[in-house]
Amino acid sequence: MAKIDFSDGNAVVIIGSGAGGGTLAHELTRRGIKVVLLEAGKRQSLESFSQVPGEAFAQLTWLDPRTQSGDWRGARDFPPLPVWHCKTVGGTTVHWTAAAPRLQPWELRAKSIYGNVAGASLIDWPLSYAELEKYYEIAETRLGVTRRNGIPGLPASNNFKVMYAGAKKLGYKQVHTGHMAINSRSYDGRAFCIQQGFCIQGCKMGAKWSTLYTEIPSAEATGNLDLRIESTATRIEHGEDGRVNAVIYHDSQGREQRQKARLVCVAGNAVETARLLLLSESSKFPQGLANSSGQVGRNYCHHITGSVWAIFDKPIYSWRGATLAGVVEDEVVNQPERGFVGGYRMELLTLDLPTLPLVGLPYGWGRDFASIMENYRNLAGMFINGEDMPRSDNRITLNSNVKDAFGLPVANVHVDEHSNDQAMRKHAKGQMAKMYEAIGAQRVIPGPTPPATHNMCTARMSADPKDGVTNAWGQTHDIKNLFVSDGSVLTTPGAANPTLTIVALALRQAEHISGEMKAGKV
Amino acid sequence: MTLPRREFLKATSGLLTGLVVAGSPLALIARGPVWAVDLTVFTSSEAATLMIVARTIIPHDKLDDAAYALVIQAIDRDAANDETVRKMMKSGIAGLGSGFTGKPESDRVEILKEVEPSEFFQTMRLKTIQVLYTTPMAYAYFGYEGEAFSKGGYLTRGFNDLRWLPEVPLDDSGPMPL
Repeated sequence: MAKIDFSDGNAVVIIGSGAGGGTLAHELTRRGIKVVLLEAGKRQSLESFSQVPGEAFAQLTWLDPRTQSGDWRGARDFPPLPVWHCKTVGGTTVHWTAAAPRLQPWELRAKSIYGNVAGASLIDWPLSYAELEKYYEIAETRLGVTRRNGIPGLPASNNFKVMYAGAKKLGYKQVHTGHMAINSRSYDGRAFCIQQGFCIQGCKMGAKWSTLYTEIPSAEATGNLDLRIESTATRIEHGEDGRVNAVIYHDSQGREQRQKARLVCVAGNAVETARLLLLSESSKFPQGLANSSGQVGRNYCHHITGSVWAIFDKPIYSWRGATLAGVVEDEVVNQPERGFVGGYRMELLTLDLPTLPLVGLPYGWGRDFASIMENYRNLAGMFINGEDMPRSDNRITLNSNVKDAFGLPVANVHVDEHSNDQAMRKHAKGQMAKMYEAIGAQRVIPGPTPPATHNMCTARMSADPKDGVTNAWGQTHDIKNLFVSDGSVLTTPGAANPTLTIVALALRQAEHISGEMKAGKV
Repeated sequence: MTLPRREFLKATSGLLTGLVVAGSPLALIARGPVWAVDLTVFTSSEAATLMIVARTIIPHDKLDDAAYALVIQAIDRDAANDETVRKMMKSGIAGLGSGFTGKPESDRVEILKEVEPSEFFQTMRLKTIQVLYTTPMAYAYFGYEGEAFSKGGYLTRGFNDLRWLPEVPLDDSGPMPL
């Protein structure tokens, strides 16, 4: 591993080691570029992943304080945990459930296709699907996505058999075990999936793609990566010329450090990425970095989510098998006659015994709540993953009333749901209930909206600098050597789980950065 | 239940005890015929009240008392570490009124509904859910098999053994990797 000097002004500093940052680190280092990778969390391994759900949650989750506001149910049901992502080497790719679908071509043209939606801040993506598709193909090969490139699907679990039977009764056609970044057979030196059902706790087989044991070791092998763990970035500095030139961070010993940089890429997940840009305000950039448009932190999207459970009279043992390996894709269409614009997926879901009552079931207690749990063996589950509407005031801001361990304002996550979101969720929950009822469910239980795991659009790519924060390469409109490299750059969320798109954009961004550096432009 | 040394050095305030019922899930994993949970903040009487509160909030009649006792122990530990929690819990117990434990379930539910917005109730609800379903007794009771890595996953241990619905065609599923 490289040891890059604090005063080395030629280093690229990447903040965050997840799908975006980890992939970018590999892509830059293999091109001979020296990279300092700052990761706030610790480094786990296949051996160290805890298989006790509560312990694994504490081991992997970003638990630093945050606040939230707005009328969304997450604010009421999970006040201390508005979003659920990781703080560990590999970022959220350590706990992700590995659904890796593509966005549909029309989803990149949300404004043109959906038209003017009152109360929404829709824009079109600044790049075409044809352009993105090239990188989807590379990303799918990199991740070993099932049902692509001749890689077979995962075998059907009990939970999926229930979903499949119900979906077919309703006439759905596109129903399968998903495009998963989980090995259905050994691939890329990693083992195949043995159906543990512990995707969220970290895959001890390494069958699920994570930058922790793919991109990051590959980057280390180049000799160009300086990975610094337990290192929390608190500020990005700039010179009088307005270009960024250093990152301030707290290291594992709690000491403040300053790493000089030629170029900075922020990939801290959409909430922290926006927060760091806002925290880096200066007399030259009083609204925060890259924020002359005022768009940093705005248009926050997190997908329409929500589980639906069904109790049957026979055992399912849904916990046996890959957590999310099953999907119905027929509703990923724009049919305004359903009462909303945009589409949604229905994806398989199971939760382990301790986690189900905490995040999977609606608030309750007494005989009724206990009776659902009494049927744990006979429970089938799925959830909706749908496109939510960007809104200008759904945003990440700094909350000066609450401070983190370094005395800095925490992020506040504000969401007021759009009526389109509510109409879509209602439709999806109705369809999921119908699927289960069609095959004899005794009872259907709609779950709450869980803490958001897909955090997007807070530094969105836009053709017009007034509408967003970055251009089509994730390069900020305001500062040529400042990039955003995570889900924050998605222009709109679409209905696809975001990781594959984040990886595709990181691959594309790496080419751009490398070219710009060679040309001496950054 | 084994306790850390630190807990032993403190004065014990109360004790929850019980018998392992033959044939119960606990009998499969218990080391002996009796169990006991040591407490440092709550008296035996307060702990017994909390047991009934937990059993009213999350009533699994056939789940052994020992599982609920671990909930009370976890709350006792929180109360020992935080004076505000201790005060809040003690006044919450007192607020239930005398004779709570002897009342029929419907009455207990009514009393708890009245205090549902309180920190006492919300703490009891959350802690009961958080701890109860992590106990080995609950795993056994609900038939939950837990982590599977050490046993080779569920690939050959029933992940696809459901037979009461049609099999998924291979095109929409996938081959077994073995």
